[in-house]
Amino acid sequence: MATAATVPARTGIIRRPTEVTGWWSWFTTVDHKKIGLLYGFSAFAFFLIGGVEALLIRSQLAKPDNTLLNADQYNQIFTMHGITMIFLFVMPMSAAFFNYLIPLMIGARDVAFPRLNAFSFWVFILGGLFLYSSWFLGGAPNGGWFGYPPNSTTDPSIGMTFYALGLVITGIASSAGAINLAVTVVNMRAPGMTLFRMPVFVWMGLTVQFLLVFALPIITVALFEMLFDRRWGTHFFDPTAGGQPLLWQNLFWLFGHPEVYILILPAFGIISEILPVFSRKPLFGYQFVVFSGIAIGFIGFGVWAHHMFAVGLGPVANTAFGITTAIIAVPTGIKIFNWMGTMYKGDIHFDSPMLFAVGAVAMFVIGGLSGVTHAVVPSDYQQTDTYYIVAHFHYVLFGGAVFGLFGAMYYWWPKAFARQLNELWGKVQFWILLVGFNLTFGPMHILGLGGMIRREYTYPASLGLTFWNQVSTVGAFLIALSTLVFILNAAATQRKPKGLANEDPWDARTLEWSTPCPPPIYNFEEIPVVHSIDEFWHRKYVEDKEGRLVRVPAGASDHPADGHEEGHVIHLPSPSFWPLVAAVGLPVMAYGVLYSWWLVGAGALVTVVGFMGWAMEPPVAE
Amino acid sequence: MADTTAHAAPVEHTSTGLPSTKLAMWLFLASECLLFGALITTYVLYRGASTTGPYPHEIFDIRYTSVSSFVLLASSLTMVLALTAAEQRDFARMRLWLVATAMLGLTFVGGQVYEFTSFYHEGLTIKSNLFGTTFYVLTGFHGVHVTVGILMLLSLVGMSWAGRLPDDQAFPVEMVGLYWHFVDIVWIVIFTVVYLIPQPKPAG
Repeated sequence: MATAATVPARTGIIRRPTEVTGWWSWFTTVDHKKIGLLYGFSAFAFFLIGGVEALLIRSQLAKPDNTLLNADQYNQIFTMHGITMIFLFVMPMSAAFFNYLIPLMIGARDVAFPRLNAFSFWVFILGGLFLYSSWFLGGAPNGGWFGYPPNSTTDPSIGMTFYALGLVITGIASSAGAINLAVTVVNMRAPGMTLFRMPVFVWMGLTVQFLLVFALPIITVALFEMLFDRRWGTHFFDPTAGGQPLLWQNLFWLFGHPEVYILILPAFGIISEILPVFSRKPLFGYQFVVFSGIAIGFIGFGVWAHHMFAVGLGPVANTAFGITTAIIAVPTGIKIFNWMGTMYKGDIHFDSPMLFAVGAVAMFVIGGLSGVTHAVVPSDYQQTDTYYIVAHFHYVLFGGAVFGLFGAMYYWWPKAFARQLNELWGKVQFWILLVGFNLTFGPMHILGLGGMIRREYTYPASLGLTFWNQVSTVGAFLIALSTLVFILNAAATQRKPKGLANEDPWDARTLEWSTPCPPPIYNFEEIPVVHSIDEFWHRKYVEDKEGRLVRVPAGASDHPADGHEEGHVIHLPSPSFWPLVAAVGLPVMAYGVLYSWWLVGAGALVTVVGFMGWAMEPPVAE
Repeated sequence: MADTTAHAAPVEHTSTGLPSTKLAMWLFLASECLLFGALITTYVLYRGASTTGPYPHEIFDIRYTSVSSFVLLASSLTMVLALTAAEQRDFARMRLWLVATAMLGLTFVGGQVYEFTSFYHEGLTIKSNLFGTTFYVLTGFHGVHVTVGILMLLSLVGMSWAGRLPDDQAFPVEMVGLYWHFVDIVWIVIFTVVYLIPQPKPAG
């Protein structure tokens, strides 16, 4: 009954693509699930590359006065490690889950703008490849992911120009994606899916999209100013002409701190979905979890100068930002307590997703506590630019975000692939990862307080830092081993025949599990009508007279009286190659800025043609 | 961006009752506020910070720029007239006013090109001092936004001519109009901050 309208129509020069299967369909797809998978695979590939960079860093630091890497190579590798993990792994991996799950969770058939969604993905992946092409074109960015001038603006190598251009491109991708997903959540909800019936994951998604919409333009301006300084000799950050490098720091962290929450809030959403399912209890204090997430989003714009305590802003500014930083720990703490309340007296099942979720909470708390020590300005003076900071942000971002994302992979793998990852190997991976992670980053607290400076490519044996550095390096290779276990597990799982004994393997609570695994291209045959939070759970269970849960017999839970679309053909957006065309123009323009104005013109032309073709074709082929 | 939305007619049922394209446009403009906010902040921070000339008071021709600013603001009026015509389904008149809007925009951009050229000949380049750096980048970013707007307006005219717009032609016109008015309003702020508020004279 449900069919996509796929009659070819000529829109311009080339026949409109209509295929929804086959390899070419991946280039023209506008299906949010396929785009989600594309995001996921690309982000995971970048995770592996960033991981190799991390192993190189740890190998270099494994012994004093090591010569595995020279200072220049080390600078490029730690810079690309940071850029990769933040912009090319955690952000797009979060986008993967938001893309795949938000429409399913709110009862929609796709995102609000399916072609814009494809455009976002192509711009992201091309921006990532543009950044990585710098290795072959004169050297990768080498000024840190934070790119402080005047070091970054006066460095003679080409790397930081790639940095400025590449991050503008990926920023365009994130902005377009953010507007799309925010409008989807606000405007595409199924009947009855009020804002306060949405899963917390969707709420955190909405918050993150707003953070992106408001934070990215700020760094875009800063990156353009850096680009102009480097490429055309302007003076934005040039102290000899009256410019202030401090302006970059303010702009960068005004983006950079909301960015931290852009990275961690998706994991908070994931944890808030997994804990109730595996504790077999509703989320404790749903409204508190939602509102504290929103509060984190707001306050996140008011704490940026805590990255700059040591630059000499003066006691008033330092005190003010120290206080706001302490305040932002409050909503975060509220979430932690609510998660513990969710597990309290729950019927806890420690399946792999649950292990990763609980691990994420525990590791994040450690990182959060060291974070509170940075909020105390005099204490921060001692810690800034040492490995103590490196330990802190890896505990929150690796311990929080990456553990959360792995949990999400185990939890939603059956949904996307109709196969379940092996539980035993999942647990093996978790424990290797937990041990390896703590061995890698735990000793960095000690190293930092012992005076080991960040970003230095080596250290003399006389400093007595060797032992903990060696421990840390061993830990890093354990993390690599756990990732290998995951890859082997995934590969073995995908070789098994498709099909699940139970399409709802976790006895879940939210609407995405009411669809088949994997969901059909149209998601829902009938748009669901929502009556409560945890809608799917309430369709499965009712309470008997004594207040005990009773399972509703299969099939009886449908609400046949709810607004049916009788005999309605589902019109799905048709595939299109224009988003890809429009996206290709952007890196071409960026190469043009580096090499030739002709290329800029050619790239702009390609993008304009892409947008024109896009505008001329209707969303659904007629 | 609005080009891409021309076919999303506001007929589908949505949670808020508002067309998704309109929400997206407002969100995009909110994001643009931060973009221009950061650029204007940079300009204000560096007012009077140049260590060498030429300085603003030596170079600005306020009367000339006032006229071109008036031309740009007048284009907001023609934009509204285009939307009114579209709502009355008088599409010939709609196209006429859209062309008029684009021409006024083009006059403004042409005026900016002339202004940049004459400043350049008076010795103000993007490299000469902080004033040149911040002035050209801020007003240049705005000029690029006007240019993109002109492209969108002319695309609307062409698509309307070719019958490629949806039946409700007023909707895409309204969306492009939102962008156009935003770019005009930003210019009011830039014109005030850059040209009208007197700059501190350089020390010495």
